[in-house]
Amino acid sequence: MKKVYSHIESIKGSVITVRATGVTYGELAEVKTRFGVSLAEVNRLDEDMVSLQVFAGGRGISTGDEVRFLGNPMRVSFGDSLKGRIFTGSGEPRDNGPTLSENLIPIGGPSVNPTKRIIPREMVRTGIPMIDLFNTLVKSQKLPIFSISGEPYNQLLARIAMQAEVDLIILGGMGLKYDDYLFFKDTLEEGGSLQKTIMFVHTAADPVVECLMVPDISLAVAERFALKGLNVLVLLTDMTNFADAMKEIAITQEQVPSNRGYPGDLYSQLASRYEKAVDFADSGSITILAVTTMPGDDVTHPVPDNTGYITEGQFYLKGGRIEPFGSLSRLKQQVNGRTRADHRAIMDGMIKLFSAYRDTLEKKSMGFQMSAWDQKLLKYGELFESEMMDLSVNIPLEGALDKGWEILAACFEPQETGLQSKLIDQFWPKKA
Amino acid sequence: MTNTKGAVTGVNGNMVSVRVDGTVSMNEVAYIVVGGKRLKSEIIRVQGDIVQTQVFEMTKGIKVGDPVEFTGEMLAVELGPGLLGKIYDGLQNPLPEVAAQTGYFLEPGVYLEALPRNVKWSWTPVAKAGDRVERADLLGTVPEGAFTHRVMVPFTMYGSYTVKSIKPAGEYAVTDEVAVLEDESGASTRVTMMFQWPVKRAIDCYAERLKPVEPMVTKTRIIDTFFPVAKGGTYCIPGPFGAGKTVLQQVTSRNADVDIVIIAACGERAGEVVETLKEFPELLDPRTGKSLMERTIIVCNTSSMPVAAREASVYTAVTMAEYYRQMGLNVLLLADSTSRWAQAMREMSGRLEEIPGEEAFPAYLESVIASFYERAGIVRLKDGSKGSVTIGGTVSPAGGNFEEPVTQATLKVVGAFHGLSRERSDARKYPAIHPLDSWSKYGGLLDASSVAWAHSFLKRGTEVGQMMKVVGEEGTSLDDFLVYLKGEFLDDVYLQQNSFDAVDASVSPERQKASFRSCVRILGSSFDFKDKDAARAWFNQLRQRFLDGNGIEWGTDAYVSAEAELKAFIDERVSGLDKKAARIIESLE
Ligand SMILES: Nc1ncnc2c1ncn2[C@@H]1O[C@H](COP(=O)(O)OP(=O)(O)OP(=O)(O)O)[C@@H](O)[C@H]1O
Ligand SMILES: [Mg+2]
Repeated sequence: MKKVYSHIESIKGSVITVRATGVTYGELAEVKTRFGVSLAEVNRLDEDMVSLQVFAGGRGISTGDEVRFLGNPMRVSFGDSLKGRIFTGSGEPRDNGPTLSENLIPIGGPSVNPTKRIIPREMVRTGIPMIDLFNTLVKSQKLPIFSISGEPYNQLLARIAMQAEVDLIILGGMGLKYDDYLFFKDTLEEGGSLQKTIMFVHTAADPVVECLMVPDISLAVAERFALKGLNVLVLLTDMTNFADAMKEIAITQEQVPSNRGYPGDLYSQLASRYEKAVDFADSGSITILAVTTMPGDDVTHPVPDNTGYITEGQFYLKGGRIEPFGSLSRLKQQVNGRTRADHRAIMDGMIKLFSAYRDTLEKKSMGFQMSAWDQKLLKYGELFESEMMDLSVNIPLEGALDKGWEILAACFEPQETGLQSKLIDQFWPKKA
Repeated sequence: MTNTKGAVTGVNGNMVSVRVDGTVSMNEVAYIVVGGKRLKSEIIRVQGDIVQTQVFEMTKGIKVGDPVEFTGEMLAVELGPGLLGKIYDGLQNPLPEVAAQTGYFLEPGVYLEALPRNVKWSWTPVAKAGDRVERADLLGTVPEGAFTHRVMVPFTMYGSYTVKSIKPAGEYAVTDEVAVLEDESGASTRVTMMFQWPVKRAIDCYAERLKPVEPMVTKTRIIDTFFPVAKGGTYCIPGPFGAGKTVLQQVTSRNADVDIVIIAACGERAGEVVETLKEFPELLDPRTGKSLMERTIIVCNTSSMPVAAREASVYTAVTMAEYYRQMGLNVLLLADSTSRWAQAMREMSGRLEEIPGEEAFPAYLESVIASFYERAGIVRLKDGSKGSVTIGGTVSPAGGNFEEPVTQATLKVVGAFHGLSRERSDARKYPAIHPLDSWSKYGGLLDASSVAWAHSFLKRGTEVGQMMKVVGEEGTSLDDFLVYLKGEFLDDVYLQQNSFDAVDASVSPERQKASFRSCVRILGSSFDFKDKDAARAWFNQLRQRFLDGNGIEWGTDAYVSAEAELKAFIDERVSGLDKKAARIIESLE
């Protein structure tokens, strides 16, 4: 039986200190307060002074409360019984199901040996042309959706989750609005995907420390399932809340901030989570799709900025649509050469023309004259926006490619598209 | 291990405090013993009987009172035959061998030998018994891949020695004795083919450092022609995320005209290293006819691997580079990204509670960056031969803004600046090196005044382009419009280069000269167009022909006939040729 300590030396934000011996770094403890029992994690040792981060926060903790060390680091139960269940950031049931305590696995484990990785090779189909056709998502990719708050990023996330052909979906919610939490739950339930979903949800009303656990707990579970051969899609929303939770705790611990209050290790902290995305050569995989909201629509804000340096591209969600410019899947070339012969050509060709359309729009707004070519571009741009970019469009890649040819044929002569004649001969829609 | 004993007194992230009862030295390696595992660490501060160490592993599970052992040695790497083709982590742990032992994951506390002990090398002695030798003098050689690996008196053996005995030609492993050296007091030392060198000390066993003048060809036009790098020089590639830093370094690592390339993947994505790992063994090095992997060493401490080892990784890489320079070879070190290394320093500085400088980087950031790049250089060795270490580092500035401490500190010390711009990468103008902001202090393939002349079109063309945005094409004169078209033309067909096209990805110096000559002809010619539409239409055609030509293999029949067609197409249209242009063309004939 572990010793119980009943004198708390200091309380600062969510961090308390007690005098204790024989405690290991990263170990968990239980703090018994008048509001109930909370977990806490050792985050600093200095001789016999032990600092602990209390998951439920420091509010209401008394210097006379009891602290009991558990002798193990943060762990989570693992097994098929997790499927269909909903937990908090510290792994407690959020649904009415039982607490799980068998087969505990540690979280935040070591990284994959780079030499054991393989080159990503499989497309993840989403039915969204702006993704499948223009910025293909690839199995084992890590990709955030950059967006300002108010955009339908959670809707987009839920839709991709429903349509992606994966074995398991793990939703890690951080600072989720309660409504959004219910939205995910209802959508997955209606779509019949709840049974292949596990949720770890921290809502805006929950203690901030629990927010920090969500990515690690989600990814630890994902990793185990992937090693069992499952293709797992991990959805993390919203990573900006995760970063803000880190900021809050760093500041109460008086760490010197590096950039707009964020701790100097923001990059490493984000990277150690995103780098969990992996394709195990002879087993399953983890694909990570995250949401990063950009305060003030500013992509140079430390959170989207550091994220961009870590992930393999990004989708920009703007005005309810995925923007073709700025959005990039850095892994698309690994797969889009093997889909259909016209995929790359349509991808490049349509974007070039769309860029010309944007230039024309600018010219138009400045009052310059519109040539016949400009008129064609205007028509093209409108069709592209309504039939490709609109998020309600839901067609498989092949359908999207056909649609692409139709739009081109409706606006241009074949040679105006800059596409290779060989492809034009094969794919240009024949007049009825 | 030394006799000094220690015990853990505190843990804060990857910094562990230890109480010691004996002598220790700064940067000494210590092992923290935790539940049967020994975690490697480095002493980074000494204060009375308390020392702070940075641990090269996750620190979870350490407790106050855990025993600590001291090695008495600074953090060092093994030097000897067998480094080429290897994949190491930041501490020179061979990753494939680690994988064979621990599987998918990097378990803490596993440290394997960097140089294979079971390989036999065929040794040819050079020194003879009775010879007087000093550190870095040649004892013998072994073939390593395409190179003659010089086995030298270990660099750590200061003073002078007499060769007492030397092994005859034969097959030896790196740990076998190859010579016995006797110092002036008569004490003798057994020497093997390998020895250790502390990574944070520059290897300085050369006669003199020379000025970097010879270009290091990268086969990327915008670099070799406009912003060249010299062998033994330094350069940096700052740029916002996704601007193409890594792709540019990957292309350079393949094509650079050097003997050996060392890639330091420092705190970036693991997936990017995998591409190199899988592709290099399949690609041929045209210089040696062997696989590219045989001239490459990869030091790979990616972003989720322990941060302290990331800090060490650039030193591990540069030490191996300096070692091969001692063999009279040209070595290129590519570090991606130096910002992650600087951030590792920042994390540790924060834990040490040092007074922070700008953006919380430590006050010594500048001097540390400067002394790292100072380890580059072309040197004359004692035997008269020359070797070089060239260093190219990417920088990942916060928010893509170059006015930040790491970029600024780097710009102060490097010889060339290849600044990538978001604007150009968004427009898919690759490599996105900004032609107006970038600079180089080195001489390149072509003479400086010809290059400056061509460059002036880029500048003036951009000015006209900007003006046109305000006044529209209508408000621009045909002459100005032509300058604009010429600038765009040079940009499109010469500065931009398709890294994913088998032919265009690497352009030899001869081809660069020929291509530059053709461009000069266009830039220096007068044209007589009816109006702007006609001018634009012609230049569009010209560009298309040029780009098609760029994709045809140099010297083939197809190339020759495309060249002739292009020439005819141009002849038909151009009139007078500017005098300066004529001189440049003549100088390139
Ligand atoms: N020379 C090039 N030719 C074609 N595409 C390129 C080129 N350079 C970069 N790209 C495109 O840009 C993407 C990002 O390039 P890269 O990974 O080199 O960026 P980076 O500057 O290293 O970014 P980060 O700082 O995030 O690591 C690539 O995946 C590729 O799609
Ligand atoms: Mg990169």
